[in-house]
Formats: sequence, structure tokens, C-alpha cells
Amino acid sequence: MMETLAALFTPQLVEATVRLAAPVILAAMAAVVCERSGVTNIAMEGIMLVGAFFAALVAWYTGSPWLGLVGGAAAGALYSLFFAWAAISLHFNHVVAGAIMNILAFGLTRYLMMVAYGRQGTSNAVARTLHDYKTAIPVLSDIPFIGKAFFDQTPIVYLALLSVVAWAWIFKRTRLGLSIEASGEYPMALETMGRSVVKTRYTAVVLGGVMCGLAGAFLSIENSNSFTEGMTDGRGFIALAANIAGGWRPVGVFLASLFFGFVDALQLRAQGLGVIDLPSELFLVFPYVATIAAVAGLVKRSRPPAAVGKDFSVEGGGD
Amino acid sequence: MTTDPRAGPVLETRGITKTFGSVVANSDVSIRLERGEIVALLGENGAGKSTLMNVLFGLYRPSSGEILVRGEPVRFDSPRDAIKLGLGMVHQHFMLVPTLTVTQNIILGDEPSVLGHIRYRRARARVAELSARYGLEVDPDEKVENLPVGLQQRVEILKALYRDAAVLILDEPTAVLTPREVDELFATLRRLAEGGTSIIIITHKLEEVRSLSHRVYVLRKGKLSGERATLGTTASELARLMVGRDVVLSVDRPEPAPAPEPIFRMEAVSALGPRGLEALRGASLAVGPGEILGIAGVEGNGQRELCETITGLAKATAGTVRLGSDDVTGWSVARRMDAGIGYVPPDRRASGLVVQFSVEENLALGRSDRAPYSRARVLDRAATRASATGLMERYDIRASGPDARASTLSGGNQQKVILAREFSRNPKFLLVSQPTRGLDVGAIEYVYRRILELKESGVAVLLVSMELDEIFALSDRIAVLHGGRVVFESRADATNPAEVGEYMIRGAAAGPAARSEA
Repeated sequence: MMETLAALFTPQLVEATVRLAAPVILAAMAAVVCERSGVTNIAMEGIMLVGAFFAALVAWYTGSPWLGLVGGAAAGALYSLFFAWAAISLHFNHVVAGAIMNILAFGLTRYLMMVAYGRQGTSNAVARTLHDYKTAIPVLSDIPFIGKAFFDQTPIVYLALLSVVAWAWIFKRTRLGLSIEASGEYPMALETMGRSVVKTRYTAVVLGGVMCGLAGAFLSIENSNSFTEGMTDGRGFIALAANIAGGWRPVGVFLASLFFGFVDALQLRAQGLGVIDLPSELFLVFPYVATIAAVAGLVKRSRPPAAVGKDFSVEGGGD
Repeated sequence: MTTDPRAGPVLETRGITKTFGSVVANSDVSIRLERGEIVALLGENGAGKSTLMNVLFGLYRPSSGEILVRGEPVRFDSPRDAIKLGLGMVHQHFMLVPTLTVTQNIILGDEPSVLGHIRYRRARARVAELSARYGLEVDPDEKVENLPVGLQQRVEILKALYRDAAVLILDEPTAVLTPREVDELFATLRRLAEGGTSIIIITHKLEEVRSLSHRVYVLRKGKLSGERATLGTTASELARLMVGRDVVLSVDRPEPAPAPEPIFRMEAVSALGPRGLEALRGASLAVGPGEILGIAGVEGNGQRELCETITGLAKATAGTVRLGSDDVTGWSVARRMDAGIGYVPPDRRASGLVVQFSVEENLALGRSDRAPYSRARVLDRAATRASATGLMERYDIRASGPDARASTLSGGNQQKVILAREFSRNPKFLLVSQPTRGLDVGAIEYVYRRILELKESGVAVLLVSMELDEIFALSDRIAVLHGGRVVFESRADATNPAEVGEYMIRGAAAGPAARSEA
């Protein structure tokens, strides 16, 4: 038994945890930012998929994975802008708009596969991936056990970790963070103090789009070398769960995302090593069961922003 | 041309008209406000007061007419423009973010910052300085959700002062305050006016107009129906301008029969509140036939749990609830209703009515499984309609018909639907919570009359209200709920609002001090 555990819990497992968590972290931060601003966002899956496609397309076309990264982020932002327009300006129900965005993303990427590559399935491989730019930070990466996991990583993993710190600071210390929080808790308070709720929510949704785009780019040009239809594989929804389990707060959500990365890594490793004799289907189910357990266990303690998912307009609010 | 800012009105409107679709909320309203003046804007609910204020504050754009600030015509596209020109508003429903601190709420929208990074230390110091200067004490680091209502209002006022407001507009500022908090607020406002701030207070309470304002405008149905100097007018004249006819608000209370056996009795009842904490702590009350017992108290002191344990919506953790000789503590809501407990809930839109349902459906609620509403458990639409038509006539419910959606009715008529439903079921005991919240003077008078009629017919009535005036207008006996306990009980004619107010704020600690003050 002890041997089994020792075989499982290695620095490689920690490294895999962080790597597998990276896209979830980015998408979950997007969820935090959108929902704290008052917009329910279930469209991370779709936005991520669009980002993954364009990252691969740009990287393949230009030969530069860095331009691919920018392309993925920009595509995520643009696609989100469309969602923001539907949910905020056209006053669509946020969940309905988000569901449409998810479905549309699958159809759109399939269609664009035909346009760009003339086939379905998997895109052309890119010449270089961001994985080639894996960089170790001196000293820090030598910390035993966790050093390599956090400080010898690829660019988008660093960006994911950085985004946690950045958003924690934005919420705690900046004007943007204060506006986003007010917009999600009590939008009229923000509007009556002369700041636009609509602009604040647009900003939040589009910034979320950038992060989902990066998450998508991670999948297509960092963790792999091409785009595959449906490659997001439910990570956008896992991110939604991480957002809830983490209580709509950057650090909590980061920890929840790491947990999901961890069960995923554990599952892969246990399966690969064959140290536990169980049918492989059970291993595949494991992360999803863990997700349900975590969300069900933590959801009672966390409180969503008061005005999340509620449409906002000034007039017609009644006398 | 430059104008001397000290001469002429600080704020003026000329012929403001505001329409929403085909509804005219304001029609040709012209008012003016001088420096250091306190002006009251009086009117019933729905008279267009709040609309006018939202126009002044840039939330709504007027359909026609103009606004002048210090003699210059201005155009407000958003509250930002109004704030810039020195207008500050204290909204009826506070515009505060409960999860943020006092400081964060005050600086929101105008944060001292460098490249988006807020300088909290400086902000906090500024807030502390303002609160000291105006005598508006409040902890700058406390979260707003932890503050009592009176302090939240202070934060609202500080928000305006932080932006150097020269004009302060307060929308129904006393609706949620205890008598002592009202006194403090008025003292603050007088002090501000002496310092040169101009103030508009919107209200439907005549007493407030008389004790605070220099001048008063009366709005009725969106139009100005009068302008008076406060000293040169009387309450009855203002009431007439407001309602359009003479109103009598002091009702003759028939003497209660001397101490008969109570119909309703609760003994040492405790119950848990929303956070799992004990919100009702061993409350004991009794109400006799033909008696109204008024429960006074600041909101959130166990009123909700009291109502829920009486109606059976929530379980009591200790104690007994009795109706006549029955112990109903373990009974279901339906069984209690059948036994003769009637309930008029505090929030008519959330729990009194199903607003998407028609008037007739709402009148049948809770009894739809029996005659006259059903035959053999199948709804009898024709009989339901006939019964509804009769009730609408008897209770003067104004709607386009029994099939009108409840949501299309005015607040007063919605309340009439609830009264009609509950009163027509011949209750032995009636629990009424906040029966006139948000109603205009005419509707309030109606509700009072109906409750008194019921009492005269021998029903025991328990009235829960945050409005002290209401408690005193109706009750034979008065009890005060504080921290989930009954801290005071008296015959209504043996106490007074000051004493009751003291118990509302300080609980049992008020004790003898309140007596001697009163």
C-alpha cells in the first residue's frame, strides 16, 4: 500500500496537476470575473473552443506560436463580445445566451475546419508549439517537490498562475475590481454613483474572453500541436464548477481548479502505472465524480454575487 | 453672462414632463430651491415624486421641460452629470453594496487612485474627516451589511457630502427609521441647511413636512397641486391638496370588552432565523376576542419568525401556540387556516399574492380544492368568478375584471385582494403584518377601517408593524419585540410613542429610564 502511494505521489504528479489545471484556472478566472460583474457565464466551454481553433490557425499560418497565442486571446475576446452584446445589450437571459454560444462554437469551429483545412477532425500541425518555450525560473524551480511544478513551466501555465495573482489584486485594490463587485452585488449603486454598469459588465465579459482564449490556446498550441474538434472536453464546465466550489474568489477558485487538475493527474497516473487494479472506465469517471462531490460539499457555504444573472436597465425599473 | 451663485435659486425645474409609454408620471412640474432651504415634496405613492427626483438626478431623461442649476440650463445624461453639478441623492432603497465596507461604498465612482490603484489609506482618512466634521459617526471599515438601517442612511448622506453636494435630495428618508433615528436625521439635516446645503425631502408623511421644511410642494397625479410656506399651512390643508378630498386618519377606536378569555395564545415560543441562530426567544403573547394587539419593533427583531411560527410556515423550537382550546403547535399551515387563523403577510407581491395569477385565482388561493371554487376537486371556473365578482364589489377592488392579472393592480388594490381573501374566510384570529407598507393615504385609511370592522365583529387581531403611528392608531394593547423577546407590554392608552420607541431601540435596557423620560 505504502509503495503504491509512493509510486503515485511524485514531483511528476504535482507537475502534471499544475499543467492539467492551467486551462481550468484560466477559464475559472473568467467565470469569476464575469459573475462578480453580474453576468452568468456558462459559455466558457465555447469561448475556449473558438480560442483553441484560432490559436492553432494563426500559429499554423504564420509559423509563430506567439502570434497564435495572441490570435487565440483575440478570438476569445471577440467571441465574448458577441455574448456580452446578447446578454447585456439585447437583454437575453444569460444562461440561454451562454448555451447558444456553446452550441454555436461547436458548429462554427467545425465549419471553419472545412474552410481552412478542407476536412473535419484535426487541423494541420503547427511548426512550433509554446511547449518549446518551457522556461525554468532560476532558484525557485529548485524548490523540492513543487519547484518544477510551479517554476519550470510553459508560457500559458505561467500566465494562468499570474492571472490568479492579478485578479486577487484587482479585486482587492483597484477601481476596476470595486466597480465589478458593485456591478454584481448591487448594480444600481454603481450606476447612481455615475459609473456605467453596462460598460463595467462589457469589460468583465471581454476580459473573461481573453482568458478563455488563452485557455483554448493552451490546449491547441501548448499542450498539443493542433486543434481537434471538441478538444475542450468539458473543461469549461469544470471551470464553472471550480468557480462555485471556490466561492467566486480568485484564490479559492485557484485552489479548486488545482484540485480538479490533481484528480485528473492522479487518474492518468494511476491508470498508466496500473498500480490499482480497476477497469479503466472507472478512472475516467473519477474527475467528474470528484467535481460533483466537491461542488455539492462546498456549494452551501459559498454565496454567489447578489445580482448575478439579473438583467440590468435603468428606466423601467419602476417608480 | 455670469450669475452670482448666491442670488437666485440653486436648483430649478421648468415645466418638467416625463412619460413612460402612455403613462404620464410628471406633467408640467416647476419647482425651485434656494440656498440653505429645506423644501418638502409631498404626495401620495404614485404621485410622481420619485420620478421627478430621478429626472433631477439624471437617471431618467425628461420628455420635455428644463432643469436649471444656479440659473444655468443643464442637461443630465446620467447621474454623473448631476453629481458633477453638486446634486446628491439619498435613495429610498439605499444605493449601498452590502458586501463592501463603508469607505468603499462612499468612494465608489470617485475613488482616489493612481493608475486605477485605489489609495485606501487616503480614502479612509477623508471619510473619517467628513464623519467628524458633520457629526455623522460611523466605522469606515465596517461592512455595510452589518450596519443597522439608521447608520446605512448616514453612509448614504456621507456619500453625497464626499462629492461636495450643494443640494441633497432625500427620497422617503424616514420610512425605515425608528423615532429616535428620525430625530437624529432631522437634526443632521437642519445642521446641513444652516451650513448652506439645500435640501429636498420627499415624503408622504405630513408630520415630517411640518417639523422640518421651510416650504412645501404638493404633487398629485403627476402635477403640482399646491405650493405653501410650511408655517402658513395646516396638516388638513396639505392632506386635501395631496388626496383631493378631506381625509380622516385618526379612527375612533371602540373600547375593548374587559379582559375575556384569549382566543390566541403563544407561550415561550422560540424559533430559528435564516442563519440558524435563535431569532425568536421565548416570546409569550395572548390576544382576546375583539382586541388588537400591536407588535412594535425595528425590522429584523424576530417579527418574521413570529409570523412564521404562528402561521405554521416555520417550526417552533420550543413553546406552544394555541388557538382557543387547541394546541396547534404541530399543525400544518392548511390545518391552522381551516381552524380559523387568517394571515396578511408583510410582502404582498412576494408572499401575499401570486402576481402572475388573476384576481379571481388569487381570491381562491388556499381554498381552491373545495366549494365554491371546486366541485369534486375539479375547479369550477364559473363559481370562482361569481364569488370573485362579489368580493371585488364588497371590498371595492378596482381592476379591469376578475380575470385581470394581480400584477397589473395598484399596491392598494393588491392589498384589498388579500384582505378580501382572508377576511371572507371568517377567521377567529387574524395576523396582519405591515398591512400598509407602501400604500397611499387613501388606501391606508381603507385598510385601517377594514381591520377595525373585523375587530368589532369579535376577531382577535395581532398587528405587526414597523410604523409606530400605525401601531398607535389601531392597537388596544402594545408589545415591543426586541432581539426576539417581548421586552415591553402595555395598554395603548397607558403609554406613548417615545416610550415604545425607546424600548424598540434599547430593548429591556430601556426600562425605568424610558418611563421617566416619557
